[in-house]
Amino acid sequence: MKWLLAALVLAYAALHQDSWNWTNRTLVGGVLPAGLAYHAMYSIGAAVLMAILVKFAWPAELENVQPEPGVGEAAREEGGH
Amino acid sequence: MIPVIVILVYLCVIGYIGSAAFKRSKANTEDFFLAGRSVGAVVFFLSLFATNMTSVAILGSSGAAYKQGIGVYGLMASSSGLIIPLTILLIGTRLWALGKRFGHMTQVQLFRDRWECSGIGTFIFALTAAMLLPYLIVSMAGGGHVLATISSVNGAPPLIPFWLGCLIVAVVVTANVFFGGMRGVVWVNVFQTILFVTFGTIALVTISANLPGGLGGVLGKLAGTPGGALLARDRMPPETFFSYMFIPFSSIMFPHMAIMCLSARKLSAFKNTVIAYPIAIMFTWLPCVFLGVVAAAVIPGLVGTDTDTVLLRLLSQYAPVWLAGILGAGIISAVMGSDCHQVLALSTMFTKDIFSYYGGKEKFGEKGAVFFARVFVVVASAIAYVIALNSPTNIFELAVRFAFSGFAAMAPVMIAALFWKRSTKWGALASSIWVAVCVFMIGYLTNISDAIAPKPSAARPAVARGVGGRGRAGAPGARLAGGPAVAPSSEIPGIRPAGGSRGPRAGGPGGRGPAGRPGPRAVPIFPSLGNVFMRDIANVTVFGYLPVVPMILGSALLMIIVSLVTPPPSRETIARYFPAKGEEAVVPVREPAPAELV
Repeated sequence: MKWLLAALVLAYAALHQDSWNWTNRTLVGGVLPAGLAYHAMYSIGAAVLMAILVKFAWPAELENVQPEPGVGEAAREEGGH
Repeated sequence: MIPVIVILVYLCVIGYIGSAAFKRSKANTEDFFLAGRSVGAVVFFLSLFATNMTSVAILGSSGAAYKQGIGVYGLMASSSGLIIPLTILLIGTRLWALGKRFGHMTQVQLFRDRWECSGIGTFIFALTAAMLLPYLIVSMAGGGHVLATISSVNGAPPLIPFWLGCLIVAVVVTANVFFGGMRGVVWVNVFQTILFVTFGTIALVTISANLPGGLGGVLGKLAGTPGGALLARDRMPPETFFSYMFIPFSSIMFPHMAIMCLSARKLSAFKNTVIAYPIAIMFTWLPCVFLGVVAAAVIPGLVGTDTDTVLLRLLSQYAPVWLAGILGAGIISAVMGSDCHQVLALSTMFTKDIFSYYGGKEKFGEKGAVFFARVFVVVASAIAYVIALNSPTNIFELAVRFAFSGFAAMAPVMIAALFWKRSTKWGALASSIWVAVCVFMIGYLTNISDAIAPKPSAARPAVARGVGGRGRAGAPGARLAGGPAVAPSSEIPGIRPAGGSRGPRAGGPGGRGPAGRPGPRAVPIFPSLGNVFMRDIANVTVFGYLPVVPMILGSALLMIIVSLVTPPPSRETIARYFPAKGEEAVVPVREPAPAELV
């Protein structure tokens, strides 16, 4: 699973280099340049990719990490300013 | 005058936030530097986003798009929208966990503990501080320029001169950080992000509603002119476009960003942050880049730092004056937010990595450390203010551009510390020296090649009436063209206001001159070496790629090679940092009461 997700990230990074849009001056919907529309969709796709990573590659083992003895004690003991 | 009033109101809000944060503060460094590691999920996202967004996101992006076209979005925004959340997910979460477990508040504390080193940590501290300081100076000068520019009407001397603008920024930033610490800074950031994310959309809707012929009509006419190149990337060097994928690796290595990651109350705060981050970038950058291209059609002929004012000009012509005021507040908030984080990060680093590490904490205690941190905030702001007033800003703008590459090239050091057991302090030292040498070398090559750098082609004179424009060139705001740089697009690595041509093929299928016209060809710096080191209008390139690419590759390579031939840290240390599954939780601690949360 880990390697599959890594491959997915690399493939998605490669899609950023949209050479096919390099000279495309088409206006999508008569307003938005095709290259800009592509990268706007790319941003949305990046959010979806992050959601996938959070779902399947979340470092859950870190959630229960607790301070070692002595760490942060001064912070808890001293109050006021 | 209205923009000035809006900005002054905003500054009062900042002052109030600082005082409110002070009332909730405690006299320990964890509270002052990290808000007691208690930042909630929503505030964490809004603040983390604001930490990364400077005024470049609004003014610099539209100015760059005016010259470079729509490719600027892919160049900087969509690449950042992938890489930055990825680094937050992979690196930020680990930093948070290690910070919570071992009490780290800076990157250098982590490196020293992880690799059992002292002097090498101090070297990394010095390198990091040296790359961060110019950013602070440029930000402060930028704030002074913004206030001077916005407070000037119809060519009259500004109500707030540059020196006073810088002073206002310095005083407000100092007061906010001095009293509020991290808590004050993150609260300011919340306001900043809301302004950022909503401003672009509001500006786009308002301007398009008032634009004769509408957006479609304006862009349709632009497509039929030489400026139509702005609607595509046919003259943007692919090597430059590719190089920019590496720049966002700098984000997590900026001390204020890494420190921000340590302030979250729970790890789950990262979840929605990484998902929402690309969308927030899109809402901030897309309208500004788009409007930059629209400005090329309706306000053609701008060159140099004038291009950074295109958004202000569009607003002055096609939007009500209150919107320009909100823009001014947005820009100032960006400056303030960045300044606050940078000052606080420097203060955190000096206090933890130098003062406490070299015995200050034992001698003066926690309260003494907080006092030192607050004094440092005042001193750092005062020094930055004096330098901003008395030194040519462009020197520091250059330094900032190099610093982006430098921080990006430090990413392999952090990745090795977090994920590679076999990494060593000597590998980290080799990578850090490589980064320092490269930053100096880029500066040196840029300096010696200034004389042979291609010059941008002459600009057309500014015309008041563009494609369908109403052309109130003399209207308030249009005068901004004569003012100083507001938020220089030169702060964007690889983009300079004058011409903006980039890449080795700048004259052919490469950069461009004003408003999309082709720029002159890049030239070799050392003809005997061919195209190894080339110089275009703005940049030195290596085989056509921005220096950040070989810098990262070299840094990673050195980390690997030198680590493999030097002894690793002790087994005990490796076991602490790479515990077997199930050994992460050590000692249960009390949960903070809701009242303690940010």
